Order: sequence, then C-alpha cells, then structure tokens
Amino acid sequence: MSMNEEFRPKIVAFCCNWCSYAGADLAGSSRLAYPADVKIIRVPCSCRVNPMFILRAFERGADGVIICGCHPGDCHYSTGNYYARRRMTLLFSMLDYVGIERGRTRVEWVSAAEGVKFSNTMNDFVETIRSMGKNVRLGDLRCKN
Amino acid sequence: MQELIRRMKELMADGTVQRVLGWKKGDLSYNPEPYYFNTAEELDEFVYDGFCGANLSKYMVKGSNLEGKTLVLLKPCDTYSFNQLIKEHRVDRDKAYIIGVGCKGKLSPEKLKEKGIKGIKSISGAEIDGDCTELKIDTVYGEKTVAYKDVMLERCHVCKGKEHRIYDELMLESADTCDGDRFTDVEIIENLPADEKFAYFRQELSKCIRCNACRNVCPACNCRKCVFDSTKFDSEQKANVDSFEESMFHIIRAFHVAGRCTDCGECSRVCPQGIPLHLFNRKFIKDINEYYGEFTAGEDAETKGPLTDYTLEDLEPDERR
Repeated sequence: MSMNEEFRPKIVAFCCNWCSYAGADLAGSSRLAYPADVKIIRVPCSCRVNPMFILRAFERGADGVIICGCHPGDCHYSTGNYYARRRMTLLFSMLDYVGIERGRTRVEWVSAAEGVKFSNTMNDFVETIRSMGKNVRLGDLRCKN
Repeated sequence: MQELIRRMKELMADGTVQRVLGWKKGDLSYNPEPYYFNTAEELDEFVYDGFCGANLSKYMVKGSNLEGKTLVLLKPCDTYSFNQLIKEHRVDRDKAYIIGVGCKGKLSPEKLKEKGIKGIKSISGAEIDGDCTELKIDTVYGEKTVAYKDVMLERCHVCKGKEHRIYDELMLESADTCDGDRFTDVEIIENLPADEKFAYFRQELSKCIRCNACRNVCPACNCRKCVFDSTKFDSEQKANVDSFEESMFHIIRAFHVAGRCTDCGECSRVCPQGIPLHLFNRKFIKDINEYYGEFTAGEDAETKGPLTDYTLEDLEPDERR
C-alpha cells in the first residue's frame, strides 16, 4: 500500500439471517450508503457465531469484527442471542487481554426494520477502525520470533 | 500415611473397592505418578507427599468404566474437578469411593531447579505427616535446605481452601498455604498497554511445542473426541505450526473450558516449557465473577455453568468496563 492511498480496513460483519441481514437489505433498498469495506457473512442466529470464527477472521487479516443480532427478547429461536451475548462478552474481554483493542470488536442489535441503524452502525464502525489503523496482531500469536 | 495405607488395604480386603487410584513412587524422589493399584501388595509402592500434585479426578473417567468400585484419593482442590466431572456426566459417583486427603501445599520440581538444586539424591521434609516447613535435600553436590513455601506450586499460594467438596471419608491433616490473591497477575496484565500485552503473550506462547500435555491433563478437557485431534483440521499434524488451530490453540482451549475450569492449575504444572497457562483461565474466571456474579466451578454438582445460562439483564458486550 502506497503512502498516499487511503487505508481501507477489512471488516467482517456476522449478521443474523432473521434481523440484521434483512436490515442490511432494507438499508440497501432504502438507498442508504455504508462502506464497501464491510463484508457481511450471513449466519442463522448470532448464537451460531463460534468464537473461533472471530479468531479466524482476525487471524486472516480482518481489522475489525462486528456481530449483529436480534434485539434481546426478539430472537427467532427465543434465546440464542442471550447466549451469544455472554459468549461474546467473554471473548471480547479475552481478546482485549491478549492485545486486540476493544474498539475492534463490537456487538450491535439491529432488527429487520432498522435499515437506518444498520447503515449508521456500519459507518460508525468503519470510521472507528479507520482511526485505529491496521490490525497487526493476532496474525499469528505463536509466531516464532 | 501408614494409617492411610492401612485403611486402603482394609477397604480392599473387605471388598468395598476393587482397586485404588493413587500415587506410586516414581524413579526419582520428586516424581510420583498416578497409578491404579490392583492388589494390596502393590500398595507398598504407594506414596503421598508434597510432590503428589497430580489431580486424579480425570483418571476416574476411565475408572468409571471399570468393574466395581475404585477408591480414589482426592485433595481439596481435586474435589472441585470431580464435582465438575459429575455435572458433565463423565464420571459415575457410584463407582468411586472417595477418600479426601489433606494437603499442605504441593511442590514444584521446576522451582527446585530454579533454585539451583540439581543432582537430587533424596529429599526429606515433604512427607505429609511432617509440618512441611523446610525441605532437606541431599544432592551430589552436598546437602541443601530450602523453605517449603519457596518451592511450592504457584497454585498453592492462591489456594481455594482446604475444604473437601465431595468425599466418603476424610484422612490426614491439611495446612493453610494461601498467601496471595489469584487475580493479581491477571490485573497486572490487564493494565498494560495493548502492545505490551500482545508482546507478553507472544513471547510466552511462542515457547509452546504443542505437546498437548495441558490438554491431556486438564480435567475439564474430557471430550471423547477432542477438536484438536480431528484429522479434518491441520492441528493434528505437528508439522503445520502456522495453521490456525495451532496459533490459537491456547485461546481456543481456554474458551472451551471457560465456566468449567476449576482453576486446579494442572495445565501450568505440567507444561514442559513453563508457560503460565493459568493466566488465560483465570482471566475468564475473573470476568465471569465480575459480570455474572461469583461462580466457582465444581463447588457442587448441580448449579448451571455461566455459559449455559443467561439472564435477561446481562450486560452488553460493549458495556463492560
């Protein structure tokens, strides 16, 4: 990357099929813009996001990871997002512990009707990651020095 | 200890138990090994002293499949692991006759080495019947003495307490060894800047040789088929040192046992490279305590684990401190 080129972060968004994925659709059909740096991966529920997915995303060079699910109480499978919430809280805390700053991971609850929120969230997240710069860590924590 | 051996022989003779799961004298004075004693004669080789750090509860996963009852010796901290294994339906309580043995802190041969004590011929002062305050070590370079506390395992300095959580009978005296807070180290790392945290863990984890000792010894790592043994991933072959499962091994493993880890400290004890693996587990324990209320895995065999439970008012991942 040359110096004058703008930094384009790689951002992975895990979106629940029943809410935020439809929310992204709505954002699109409402012609709301959000950066193309966000790569959306559709999951059946935020609870489907195995912590390993997030580690792998970082390991493969993601600069930020965001997980979007249904608002608490609205899960299509009744309780999935409650479990996801606990898991992600602990995982993000662990990532912070090994040196991945807090801002690089985020959980947002976005419903299918919240196209505006989706686009705002993504714009904000991309902006945060841009200001933090490239994620140089976790590429290989075990890398032999 | 003679009393303990007599009692074990008695239970074997009257048919209450078929075998004893305990520690056998090793080839050196400081490396006793877990062993299934099948006859009373074999028990002459039995030993229980300051070097018997091994947590025997995981061996009961196998013991539960054997014919008849097994007498198992558990130290106070081992009973937490045993409770947790009952909760996970991995051991059969009815197949175990538990003698809760006292503990006066367990010793680390690694720390002896650090103190420059080499060529050990014999050690006295580690006997469980003694007061465990000073070790007299006879080495090829002469006699040396060292304070018991100075060569104790890290986990014994932050002991959870000497109360057995599950037992059929209790034997031998305990002595309090706790003189620190187990979250001190975690807090120190938490307060470092991100770069230094990363540098610290990278330096520690790059020592790992993937011998899998931590996984094999961990009582919480009791899956019949471990994800790290799957031939579908690269992780099984040790040559692929830069594959994903390799590089993240310790973080993934810590997450797998989060909420189930009793902080028995076996991972750090067996690590041949001396990686402080307990720091990962304690971080999860600390977070769980802070976010979801005090929880000690293995305190009993019924309470739901924090990651298999939820409340409507849980804190949001971004709200945490």
